[in-house]
Amino acid sequence: MSLQPFQVIPRLGSEGEPLDGEQLEISMGPQHPSTHGVFRMDLVLDGERVIRLKPVFGYLHRNHEKIGENMTYLGSMPYTDRLDYFCSLTNNWAYALAVEKLAGIQVPERAEYLRVITAELTRLQNHLSLAGFLLQDMGASGTPLMYAFRQREKILDLFESLTGARMMCNYMRFGGCRCDVPDGWLDQARLVVEEFPRFLDEFQALLDENEILMSRTQGVGVLSSALAVNAGVTGPMLRASGVNYDLRKVDHYGIYDRFSFQVPLGDHGDVYDRYMVRVLEMRESLKILESALRTLPPGPVLDPKTKLRGFRPKPGEAYGRIEAPKGELGFYLISDGSPNPYRYRVRPPSFINLTILEDLCLGHQVADVVVILGSVDIVLGEVDR
Amino acid sequence: MMVPGQGILKGLAETARNFFGSYVSPERLVTVQYPEERLASKEAARNFPFLVFDGDDWQQGLRCVACQICEKECPPKCITIIKDTVRKPDYVGKLQFQPQRFDIDISVCMSCQICVEVCPFDAIKMDTEFELSTADRFDQLRLRKHQLAKSNHYYQRIHPVESAEVDGRLGAEKAKAEAKARK
Repeated sequence: MSLQPFQVIPRLGSEGEPLDGEQLEISMGPQHPSTHGVFRMDLVLDGERVIRLKPVFGYLHRNHEKIGENMTYLGSMPYTDRLDYFCSLTNNWAYALAVEKLAGIQVPERAEYLRVITAELTRLQNHLSLAGFLLQDMGASGTPLMYAFRQREKILDLFESLTGARMMCNYMRFGGCRCDVPDGWLDQARLVVEEFPRFLDEFQALLDENEILMSRTQGVGVLSSALAVNAGVTGPMLRASGVNYDLRKVDHYGIYDRFSFQVPLGDHGDVYDRYMVRVLEMRESLKILESALRTLPPGPVLDPKTKLRGFRPKPGEAYGRIEAPKGELGFYLISDGSPNPYRYRVRPPSFINLTILEDLCLGHQVADVVVILGSVDIVLGEVDR
Repeated sequence: MMVPGQGILKGLAETARNFFGSYVSPERLVTVQYPEERLASKEAARNFPFLVFDGDDWQQGLRCVACQICEKECPPKCITIIKDTVRKPDYVGKLQFQPQRFDIDISVCMSCQICVEVCPFDAIKMDTEFELSTADRFDQLRLRKHQLAKSNHYYQRIHPVESAEVDGRLGAEKAKAEAKARK
């Protein structure tokens, strides 16, 4: 476990002398099915063990920040959908929050509720797809992923009837949301939320006590809480290492103060904890959703004073951050009074969570690297920007 | 004390329940056999923009007045508009500009709906048509004005709730203009 990079493990030959183990350097990716996109890892192996790992990314670099600086404030909103394409609604929210801080815009009550509802639905479907992909990476090919996607599709249907698109929602605006819910949407959402725990029970019965799953995940890729804090890891990964830090509780953004929910914590920091923390987080999200759908107040969803065209905030700077399903997602904006931001910076959670990949993988086997990478929950659209 | 293999058997029982359940419960069999079976399009569904025209003649009834706001606001800049020098009357009878050329490159369009939101004339709306494959990826994906123009009846069919609101607003404006003209 405590192998240093380049260290050759001494082995005894037939004469009783140590042999030089031959190191093998392999390039895993960028088109590897387990790398969740175009991501490459340069692995140095000693036998099956990893002694060095270098993540190589940037294959999906799209100049997101520079595009944002040449775009009006409204024009950047659909581009944020494409950062973490599983969670477009939380991306929208973080960006809208940054612009609202910059320009001092108030958000109507109903819009705040709709934001919480859509963000928690996003968290549900992100964690579902993560659990499916993680189990798929471990070799449970098909079954858990298909079960997860069957359920995720119901949430995506809700997104489609609310925003018009399943994944590229482009729903939030500065000062609220683009449109109110259509007729019958709330009942559909309540139905999805009601039947979700039954699905989660089934999903957990499928694999939680599976001996193969446990031996593949427990004690693998252990992340100590000290390293997690020092490396700036956020989100379920940090909480799986036992650090109680959830921006919904810490930062009090939106109206999360009004809902009672718990923050699940792990105590081992291994892959199994990271998986379980996400499953438990889904149950907490359901509590928030159930309460928000019950207490949704009437009213406008967009501040009537909001200007979509010709929006020019006063010079200044703002940092808006939210607890996205993958961790702390922040947008930093500097305005110089023109219609375009002077500086537009994204703090993507999965990029920063990925920086500790080598520490997690050292000493493990190649097959474990796939599982560890799956448990980090990266989306390359966000890592490479 | 857990018997070894118990967890695996429990999981397999779950799989069996789903497998046999898929024969009886529609909840467990959700696959739609496209293209023979199709899901109904949703009210809010959007794909690429189209231009709305009133009446029967698409050139006379086109609502677009070539103000070029959508061209400026489009984030990936997929709209090209050239203003015509000849004007034509709009739905209240006022002379307005019209586009000589209105192209949308749908290989660039990202279906964000911002053109619809900024259009003050309700002239551009989102289509739900998605079977758009062509043999040529350059010219045939650049939709011209005559391909984009679709009637208001089509708009009412694909977005019933939204179009009722738009028709009500435009009808009220027209009635107001006619009342003013009579005075």
